[in-house]
Amino acid sequence: MLDPDSGLSLTIARIVQRLKGSSLHSQLERQARVSLHKPEIKLESLKEDIKDFLRTSGWEKKLQNAVYSELNVFPSPCHPAAPPEHMKEPLAYMRKAQGNWEKRILKSLNSMCTELGIPLAQKRPVNEQKELLNKWNEMGTDEPDLSLFRPVYAPKDFLEVLMNLRNPNYENGEQLSFRNHLGLIQVPLKVKDIPELKEDFSELGLNIGQLGIDDSAQVPPEFFENEHVRVGQKVLAEQDSAAAQQYVRQGCPTALRADLWALILNISNQPEDILYYEQLKSNVIQHDLLVDSLIYKDVKLTASNDDYYFVFEDYLYQVLLCFSRDTSVLEHFTYSSATPPKSYIRGKLGMEEYAVFYPPNVAPLCFLYHEPSRLYQIFREMYVRFFFRLHSISSHASGIVSLCLLFETLLQTHLPQLFYHLREIGAQPLRISFKWLVRAFSGYLATDQLLLLWDRILGYNSLEILAVLAAAVFAFRAVNLMEVTSLAAAEAVLADLSTLKVMPLLQIFLFATVT
Amino acid sequence: MAGKVMWVTDIEKSVLINNFEKRGWIQVAENEDWNFYWMSVQTIRNVFSVETGYRLSDDQIVNHFPNHYELTRKDLMVKNIKRYRKELEKEGSPLAEKDENGKYIYLEPCGKAQGKGIFLINKLSQIKKWSRDSKTSSFVSQSSKEAYVISLYINNPLLIGGKKFDLRLYVLVSTYRPLRCYMYKLGFCRFCTVKYTPSTSELDNMFVHLTNVAIQKHGDDYNHIHGGKWTVSNLRLYLESTRGKEVTNKLFDEIHWIIVQSLKAVAPVMNNDKHCFECYGYDIIIDDKLKPWLIEVNASPSLTSSTANDRILKYNLINDTLNIAVPNGEIPDCKWNKSPPKEVLGNYEVLYDEEMAQSDGPDRDLRSRSGQSTGVKGNRARDSGKPVLTTWK
Repeated sequence: MLDPDSGLSLTIARIVQRLKGSSLHSQLERQARVSLHKPEIKLESLKEDIKDFLRTSGWEKKLQNAVYSELNVFPSPCHPAAPPEHMKEPLAYMRKAQGNWEKRILKSLNSMCTELGIPLAQKRPVNEQKELLNKWNEMGTDEPDLSLFRPVYAPKDFLEVLMNLRNPNYENGEQLSFRNHLGLIQVPLKVKDIPELKEDFSELGLNIGQLGIDDSAQVPPEFFENEHVRVGQKVLAEQDSAAAQQYVRQGCPTALRADLWALILNISNQPEDILYYEQLKSNVIQHDLLVDSLIYKDVKLTASNDDYYFVFEDYLYQVLLCFSRDTSVLEHFTYSSATPPKSYIRGKLGMEEYAVFYPPNVAPLCFLYHEPSRLYQIFREMYVRFFFRLHSISSHASGIVSLCLLFETLLQTHLPQLFYHLREIGAQPLRISFKWLVRAFSGYLATDQLLLLWDRILGYNSLEILAVLAAAVFAFRAVNLMEVTSLAAAEAVLADLSTLKVMPLLQIFLFATVT
Repeated sequence: MAGKVMWVTDIEKSVLINNFEKRGWIQVAENEDWNFYWMSVQTIRNVFSVETGYRLSDDQIVNHFPNHYELTRKDLMVKNIKRYRKELEKEGSPLAEKDENGKYIYLEPCGKAQGKGIFLINKLSQIKKWSRDSKTSSFVSQSSKEAYVISLYINNPLLIGGKKFDLRLYVLVSTYRPLRCYMYKLGFCRFCTVKYTPSTSELDNMFVHLTNVAIQKHGDDYNHIHGGKWTVSNLRLYLESTRGKEVTNKLFDEIHWIIVQSLKAVAPVMNNDKHCFECYGYDIIIDDKLKPWLIEVNASPSLTSSTANDRILKYNLINDTLNIAVPNGEIPDCKWNKSPPKEVLGNYEVLYDEEMAQSDGPDRDLRSRSGQSTGVKGNRARDSGKPVLTTWK
């Protein structure tokens, strides 16, 4: 295999290449040039002096954060001779499945266009542009006729596709025994078991303070909360991404969360970022995409009827309409196997489209950021780092396939009686929990609990915690579930998660259950 | 009869009736022997009026104080506040009066709840014109010249998601002297359906500026599924995340302070009849500097439910109220000390207990956690958080 040294130099080379030409690079150059005027920079020791200057002025820290960010986001290189699509997704059958799925979505979109006589994209007439600009902040009050638009796909459809995934090279024998996996996902991906999870999530252990448990009303704040807040403020003062990521594993204090997440995602509020957002906004004004109506319909159906998120309906439109035109999101496709389907756009807008996504992932962020451009950046970064994996087929440990398999395996291994019972009554557990996973629990948990959960997603740089929580929820309601006799009844038991406290559930499941 | 509570009500709402029935109480008519009467405000006037009134016996409890209008009518509240401030000034604690110019003002006929009879005026000159006109028009009632109160219109309300909202908090008063009041933890924010714009051409659009649910229901944008409400804990989460913990705590402290001050102001003139308790609905608006402003106090907060969640909330509200006002659900004795044990409070928290505050000294501070602050110090001198209310003649 690859020896560590050449692996490291490959990684370094790749990161250097990515950071070259980024705005951080030009800022560093500018700073270095400016520093030449300073008296402490001497010609003899130019290189060292500039390096010192960058360190003391905090620029080295920014560079560190950027490198850390790149490391988090990119997969480690497998082999210098591997072709790029192997980098994205090493398993051929997964690549094929994702390709087929995308084709199917595109076909569905195209046929909707033909049916409704609407082009996939068109330029907006000038008076419509003016109108949209005027009501940019209150698109929620519009009531266009969307009855003809169907959602392109529902979570159920996606689940069907995942259920039918098979590895053509895998032969698992004729007999079905209890050793076999009894769940819906039938691909042999490696998933972690509880001992491994305990190690990975060691900061969630019983003897370590957590926000979401040790900040409740009965616990005096001196035990944990006050100190934790103090550490958080220090981390923010140091502006250290890596430290922040470690810190949030124990939860973010509400007042610090917005800044901590921005630090971990390496989002700064540069003028060029605001400009970029404004440019996207003008793209929205000028061009009308079919996808817009689908977004609009989806938001109307979901967020505007939600007890917590209805307030932010207008923000959701703004963010999502811009997002669907953001070509820089395509960058993430270099590490996802999904290639964006090309569409035939009238007037050659030069934009590309890709799969329709689920709005509720934006809404919880509205609780933290109220400036549209900052909200947009955070959402985009979260999507591009984490949430896109929930909507595409891959073998990644945080991909939806692995999460489903992890969930089913945990349940089958540790609650076999419950699993078997549910399966017998036609209520495969994944059928119920799939919608939670695909939305990262957004819209199912209370907002403060959801934010505590997403703290840990950021802290551990992985979505595996979603599968663990799903299993923990089933474990929690196991007694009631054992008594149901139909899928509908099982759904009813698990319909309302709004009163659940996620951290105690996770802790009990991982650390306090006798296995 | 083995001591089952007999109840009467003028207000036929299921959230009330279900609560009575679940306690095994028995419904009777007004002219029969009753123990508990949930009255409308007209009835309480009759019960305590000179001509038609009658004495209540020791085992009878009603849900209003006889002269609650000292608090719930804005012109009287103004009068009481002014008097209260003068008293405090004598004691040396200054409460600044705020006086602003050039703001929108709106007239509200006193004593008319649910947003009826509210309209918006841009300038003082418009007010004068209106009053002149109304003398000649027939819609003004001839019998009494209704006292109108000009309330200062808050031009810079805090907006969330670009929307205006107000806060509805429920406060239960079991006695005014000594003052004992409870705040319901599950208050809520009511959002305006249409986007807020301060431009004058929008002034005519009543829906933009008013948030009373009763008016909202008739706007075209009214959303039937959730009625535009947020819990107070949601508000707290949002404010802590976007503004920080200290200013949020300060905001909630100020809200509690305003409420306690309003009650203290009317306590001396309130008829502290021992047969009475009352659950008020406080309407508060927050401006974008996170300062709360008291809009009004309702003696009969709406018990209509616009959504399922709403119904549950109001049901629980009545349930907890009855647990405090009628201990153990048994036939009441109005001579009891009105000091319920902690376990029955339910979703109520002690807001202010004058007896306890005085016995423990002025620096008693109840710790607050997630949720709302409880308890306000007895003698705190701060700036008033109220809009200027002047009586218009």
